[in-house]
Amino acid sequence: MTTRSDILNIEGVRIDVERRGKGRPLLLLHGEDGFEANLPLLDDLARNFEVVAPRMPGFGKSMAPESLRSIDDVSYVWLDLLARLDLKSVTVLGFSVGGWLALEMATKNTSRIARMVLAGSVGVKFGGAYDRDIEDIYFHNAKAVRAMRFHDPEKDPHLDLTTLSKREAMGLARSREAIAKLCWEPYFHNPSLRHRLHRADVPVQVVWGAKDGMTAPKYGRALAKSLPTGRFGSIPKAGHFPHIEQPERFAAVLKNFLDSTKGVR
Amino acid sequence: MEFYHFTEFAWPHLPPDDEFTSARLNLPSSVYDPKKGADLYNMCLDQYVLADELGLNCMVNEHHQTSTCLNPSGVVPLSILARQTRNARILILGNPAANLADPIRCAEEMAMIDNISYGRLDCGFVRGVPYELFASNCNPTETAERLWESIDLIQKAWTTQDGPFNYEGKWIHKRQVNVWPRPYQQPHPPVWTTGGSDLAHACRTVARGFTFAMFLTPVDKLAAMFNGVRSWCREQGLQRPADDKFAFMPLVAVGETEKEAREVIERVFWYVVNNKAEPQHRAPPGYVETSLYADFLSGRFTGGRTDAIRRQGMEYFRENHVAIYGTPENVVSQIKALHKKSGGFGNLIAMLHSGDMDFDMTAKSMTLFAEKVVPHLKDLGTVSKTFGPLRKRGGKRVA
Repeated sequence: MTTRSDILNIEGVRIDVERRGKGRPLLLLHGEDGFEANLPLLDDLARNFEVVAPRMPGFGKSMAPESLRSIDDVSYVWLDLLARLDLKSVTVLGFSVGGWLALEMATKNTSRIARMVLAGSVGVKFGGAYDRDIEDIYFHNAKAVRAMRFHDPEKDPHLDLTTLSKREAMGLARSREAIAKLCWEPYFHNPSLRHRLHRADVPVQVVWGAKDGMTAPKYGRALAKSLPTGRFGSIPKAGHFPHIEQPERFAAVLKNFLDSTKGVR
Repeated sequence: MEFYHFTEFAWPHLPPDDEFTSARLNLPSSVYDPKKGADLYNMCLDQYVLADELGLNCMVNEHHQTSTCLNPSGVVPLSILARQTRNARILILGNPAANLADPIRCAEEMAMIDNISYGRLDCGFVRGVPYELFASNCNPTETAERLWESIDLIQKAWTTQDGPFNYEGKWIHKRQVNVWPRPYQQPHPPVWTTGGSDLAHACRTVARGFTFAMFLTPVDKLAAMFNGVRSWCREQGLQRPADDKFAFMPLVAVGETEKEAREVIERVFWYVVNNKAEPQHRAPPGYVETSLYADFLSGRFTGGRTDAIRRQGMEYFRENHVAIYGTPENVVSQIKALHKKSGGFGNLIAMLHSGDMDFDMTAKSMTLFAEKVVPHLKDLGTVSKTFGPLRKRGGKRVA
């Protein structure tokens, strides 16, 4: 499997992009923890797709310039990235904050996007002012946050951070700072996005862990319903990261959607 | 040297230690009893009135959603003291300038208080402790910058006297700024900030002609910061800042005997022991420098300054001049030693009250401090000859 890593300069922003495999392009947008950089899922996808996986600003070698102050800002960089690589008929696969980014992109311009899969996506506010749509991952202690995000807390890739080298810990710290900068307030959503979802006029598969305690499944259902052609799939025995807790079930939902939307654009 | 009295208006009636995880942020307000609370507010305000009568100055602060400090607005006690005291300098340390939704309102309030008090206001601005980010919902990655944007705008608003100006900065947008009233003290009240280990912030504070304050810091770290600022000024070709550009707050108790002082300081120390918080509230991402946050994430860093000194106990506190207590003579010599070891400072903020100390116990310690300690120390430390930014050696001012 050919894998190449490049630092691309996207209109002044240096972005760390990994590309793997050959075929139709698939843009993989990782979540706030960056878990998705090395999943076996990537290798599976790379058998049929050219997987393009940019690291978010502040992650890996991607820079986090002052000018990027919101997920909305970052979504323009990703749209510019699609143009730079001249990717067409792109399948976008976004996890959590990566799903939010996919929605921001698709509500701006779907000319290069064929379809999207959003797993545990955040980014939209559905409830009222007093409703906590997205649980507070900063306010609670690590154990409580793990319990809300994982059906089986032992599956948390960050279960034990004491084994990290200082260099690795610095990388994680930088990435968490970048996420806090972009997502602290409004908390993991863009108040305008809900009113733009009608513009995301491509087939969208929303995938949710049935035991997600960070964003409850009803949030995922509301998201699927708000999209022009959204469908919803629930994965049992999984929390906010169904692709980590139930990789085979996740792959099956993914395959089903990709097969049924093969001919799109 | 100037001397300030300080109480944090802490709520002393906490549940048993194993029944709550944090005195801050998530402790339900059902723990608070308004009847006892009303007495506490008035007792603390009475202390400040006494401080004024004794010739001490007053310092107030604010914190939010916490039993450790019942002032969610320092402006409220400050406003009361503007009228109820006659001679004291009244210091707010400070306005949480990094978290304020409207810094211009702060400029207005401070100018009012300066007028009502006939120019006795010392106006502090703070970034706020990390817990405040949860109460204010301000972004932890922005507060260091926001603090200075607010300070700059407030200073400009105080000193602009020719009608509205426009301001569209990084975080704050105001199109018609025209603050009434002007401050009583011209060009504006003395400005203070606080800090921990951020030397660049301390240098910026002092170079601007403001006063830099540190709280409950062991003397070696205090000296490192104060001397660090002085060295930086020298390297920049700036005049040497006078001692009154530096301030320090220790816990203080004075007794007629060593035993009496020890009993009182144990009651003040209650504040340190009971000031517990959950670890994640101390380290929201982006608040501390990345390296320290990385250590927090990987378990290399398990507690802060307060934890360290809490573990060490009272003797460590005394040796490091974080707690100053004893007979008046003994306290005089401790403060002289602290002044010398720290490299020099011109403002001592004495935390003379905390925990379940009643008015009489506090008043006795305050009175001994004011009458038997302060007179021996008034001449300690150098005083600035001019107001405003430090000048370049040779006479030129810097911004």
